[in-house]
Amino acid sequence: MIAESLALSAALFVIGAVGVLTRRNAIIIFMCVELMLNAVNLSFIAFSKVYGFSGQAIVFFVMTVAAAEAAVGLAIIIAIFRHAQTVNLQNINLLKG
Amino acid sequence: MANFFYSFHFYLFGILALASSLAFVTRKSPVAAALWLVNTMFCLAVLYIMLDAQFIGIIQILVYAGAIMVVFLFVVMLLNLGHPKEISDARGKLPSIVAGALGVIMLALIGVTLRGRMEAPSAVTERVMSAQVERVGAIGAVAEPLFREYLLAFEVTSLVLLVAMIGAVVLGRRRAA
Amino acid sequence: MIFLASLAALQEPVGGSHPLAGTVADLIWLVPALPLLGFLINGILSLTSVAKVGPTDPHAHHEQHAHEGHADAQYDDNDAPTRHRHAKIVSIIGPLVLWAAFGLAASIVGVLAGANAEAPFIRSLFSWMITGDLSADAALQVDQLSMTMTLVVTGVGALIHTFSVGYMQDDPGYPRYFAYLNLFVFFMLVLVLGANLPVVFVGWEGVGLCSYLLIGFWFEDKVNADAGKKAFIMNRIGDFGFLVAMMLLFANLGTLDFLGLREGALQLGEGSALVSAICLFLFLGCTGKSAQIPLYTWLPDAMAGPTPVSALIHAATMVTAGVFLIARTSFLFALAPVASLTVAVMGGLTALFAATIGLKQWDIKKVLAYSTVSQLGYMFVGVGVGAYAAGLFHLVTHAFFKALLFLGSGSVIFAMHRAYHATHKQDDAQDMRNMGGLKSFMPYTFVLMWIATLAIAGIFPLSGFFSKDEILASVFARRHESTLAEAHWLGIPGSAVLTIVYAFGLIAALLTAIYMTRMMLYTFHGQNRTGEAERQHLREAPWVMTGPLVVLGILSAFGGWLNLPEVLPLGPVGMLHHWLEPVTGEPALHITKGAEAHLSHATEYALIGLALAIAVTGIVIAWVRLKPAALVPKEQSPEAEGLERVLAHKYYVDEVYDATIVQPTVGISRNVLWKGMDAGIIDGLFVNGSAYLARAFGWLGARLQSGQVGTYAWILFIGVLVVLGSVAFR
Repeated sequence: MIAESLALSAALFVIGAVGVLTRRNAIIIFMCVELMLNAVNLSFIAFSKVYGFSGQAIVFFVMTVAAAEAAVGLAIIIAIFRHAQTVNLQNINLLKG
Repeated sequence: MANFFYSFHFYLFGILALASSLAFVTRKSPVAAALWLVNTMFCLAVLYIMLDAQFIGIIQILVYAGAIMVVFLFVVMLLNLGHPKEISDARGKLPSIVAGALGVIMLALIGVTLRGRMEAPSAVTERVMSAQVERVGAIGAVAEPLFREYLLAFEVTSLVLLVAMIGAVVLGRRRAA
Repeated sequence: MIFLASLAALQEPVGGSHPLAGTVADLIWLVPALPLLGFLINGILSLTSVAKVGPTDPHAHHEQHAHEGHADAQYDDNDAPTRHRHAKIVSIIGPLVLWAAFGLAASIVGVLAGANAEAPFIRSLFSWMITGDLSADAALQVDQLSMTMTLVVTGVGALIHTFSVGYMQDDPGYPRYFAYLNLFVFFMLVLVLGANLPVVFVGWEGVGLCSYLLIGFWFEDKVNADAGKKAFIMNRIGDFGFLVAMMLLFANLGTLDFLGLREGALQLGEGSALVSAICLFLFLGCTGKSAQIPLYTWLPDAMAGPTPVSALIHAATMVTAGVFLIARTSFLFALAPVASLTVAVMGGLTALFAATIGLKQWDIKKVLAYSTVSQLGYMFVGVGVGAYAAGLFHLVTHAFFKALLFLGSGSVIFAMHRAYHATHKQDDAQDMRNMGGLKSFMPYTFVLMWIATLAIAGIFPLSGFFSKDEILASVFARRHESTLAEAHWLGIPGSAVLTIVYAFGLIAALLTAIYMTRMMLYTFHGQNRTGEAERQHLREAPWVMTGPLVVLGILSAFGGWLNLPEVLPLGPVGMLHHWLEPVTGEPALHITKGAEAHLSHATEYALIGLALAIAVTGIVIAWVRLKPAALVPKEQSPEAEGLERVLAHKYYVDEVYDATIVQPTVGISRNVLWKGMDAGIIDGLFVNGSAYLARAFGWLGARLQSGQVGTYAWILFIGVLVVLGSVAFR
């Protein structure tokens, strides 16, 4: 089961990464990042079967941080939307320079 | 554990998770994508429970699917992004193909890295873990490392949450002029 | 002063056991240092005055002549000459340092003569080069050869400096002139006093530099600047030979100082290809510096410089450096008969060749220039056949009478210029066709120049007779019983070669007598062709110029006493020969196989008689056949034709060099090196190319900095792949 879990975790991670690279909508990109985090969680859980409960504790932390990150990130997206009236990331290049 | 019922459902939910994630990545509408992501998370929660991480599985549903994705949907609603106006908001054919290829490469690399380096769960660890669960319960078993080895991280995490709250409020404010 | 003090703090003289240590010979470093001091002072004075350095006379002629004498350049509105602001100080310091150096050198010679030293006295000033196996000090060597040369350089130099005070009095570049002249003497002294080849080379290069500076002294005229460049570049070609020889010597003997080289010379193998190669490369350097075939063409062009410069550098001292070098390395040449024969042949050939050209030159300085080339050929014949003392003897006497000839012609040119300027006539003051009958206007110069002419022709009892005769006798004597006679030069047996060289010498002597008499006839005898108006202004030069002429005249007349031959014991016999024996005796003996090249007295008398007869014949031929009355001033003279034209155009050698060497070099430099490599490859490919590359990378980098998060995500992902890849395949 562990090998299969890890395979699934890798697949989900790659799908999430491809999504980040391919999509332009900021919210969807964000959600792809969440998918990547979930994949990592699965991987940790699988390993916790081998190495003990620390894996699950770490998943706990990951989820917490993901929650915090989602809150702040969405607030940023809202702020950008107010400024640029769009969430299409291709038109936003304030980081330039 | 190696019985048919278990494997069948494991594979079932595994494939469901994979399919949902693929569907999620290819939707045009943010709402549809969010819902597919929620589905993926449900499947993952099942998998967690099947892997003896019951507490985490429930938490996944409560926190991830129930809170975080809801926040996403709230924001989509706030910004009125529910109607996909553009034809597609993917970057175009060529970038997609290249991204796909890169993804395949990454998958292969992960496979190569992990091949032959994985340990099988030993019977000893199994017994120790189930004994622990017997003693303090599933939640207690997770709490032990949480409040022992990772105590500092735990406290810091609470700080992180505080900062996130403040940050979200600050960033979300409408500035005068 | 600080400079002198720091010099005094130099190393203590080494070799306290040498009889000369602790005497005035310790101060040998002062001999070159004095002219250097003069250079510094005059140089500073020259830099602090804002005088123009070229002719300002509105009537100055800028024709394309190489000899433009601008001795009377600066004229104010009243047409009276004005002198340079610092003229008084420079007039004193310039000659004074030379006279002081001469005095010091003379005292050192006195000590040396009384000391009976076995080995040369080396005064090491400081440790100059210590790298790897090479250890060369800045060291000066006091021995008979170097002191002889030092006396000639400082003595004749001092006389010429004094002459220049008068000759250059109206020149706006007066201090600069003396600065350069002093610098030249410094370098020349470094050359002759050097104790090892690197120090000699420093002097060698330095005199080349000063020659360039002084030839192009009136550089605002392009012809003069070109002449300077030509001299320098041709010298450089020779210097290549010198350097190769140095490197070969160091590679094989591991040392470069003369004492060490002398001791180790036999290891090179007698008559071997190695030692011949070394000597031939050294000789290449000598052909450049001493204007022998093939590198002689710069010397006639060098007449573009002021006449005292021609006298000092291109007659008495710098051009003799080649002869000196061969004498210095005589222990090498003695081991290489083929190389020695080559030297003799080239010397003889040059002597003859230049003499033929001198027959048809109209510019008085050009006549003397070709005469110098020819006489240098004699000197090389002397040192080529192993008669080192004879060659040096001719060097010394030649310095006397050639300097006298040049300075005398300087007086003539000075007078002609003054005359032309008084009447504002634009004519060539150096062309003999514009002169004539000057003996009534310049009697002292007339007499002194005849003395010099008779000396150079080899008339008894003047100095040139003795020196020239000794060389010819040496050649004749070594046709039998010498290593040279037994050797083969290009397949020809050595004795035959020496006979041919002797014949060349005789013919050249004849031609010398002819062209020198011709010069005197056209300049001083006959009717004056300068013009009615100018004639009134022709007069003798001031005493500051004629005085040195008198001294040189005495030396030219009585200089023969330095080395009287055995068969004519009019006084002490062979003084110079004995004096130089510690340096050149052994190698000379080696060539003559131990026997001091004895000719029977009868043979010697016959040879002397023959030489004398030829000289007299030459004078008579010239006197009888040349008719100064038939001459007209230069402007009206007809163009030369036929053989005369070929001679007048110096056999078109310059044109040949230009077509075969200069133009191709310029062409290659322009097209290949400049356009091809420099502009194309270095500028285009490397400089512009690297700029283009940088711009391209910059463009790439700018594209990466799009400001879009998506781009950064891509880069992140690719980075992760790279890291993962490096880990996965470990």
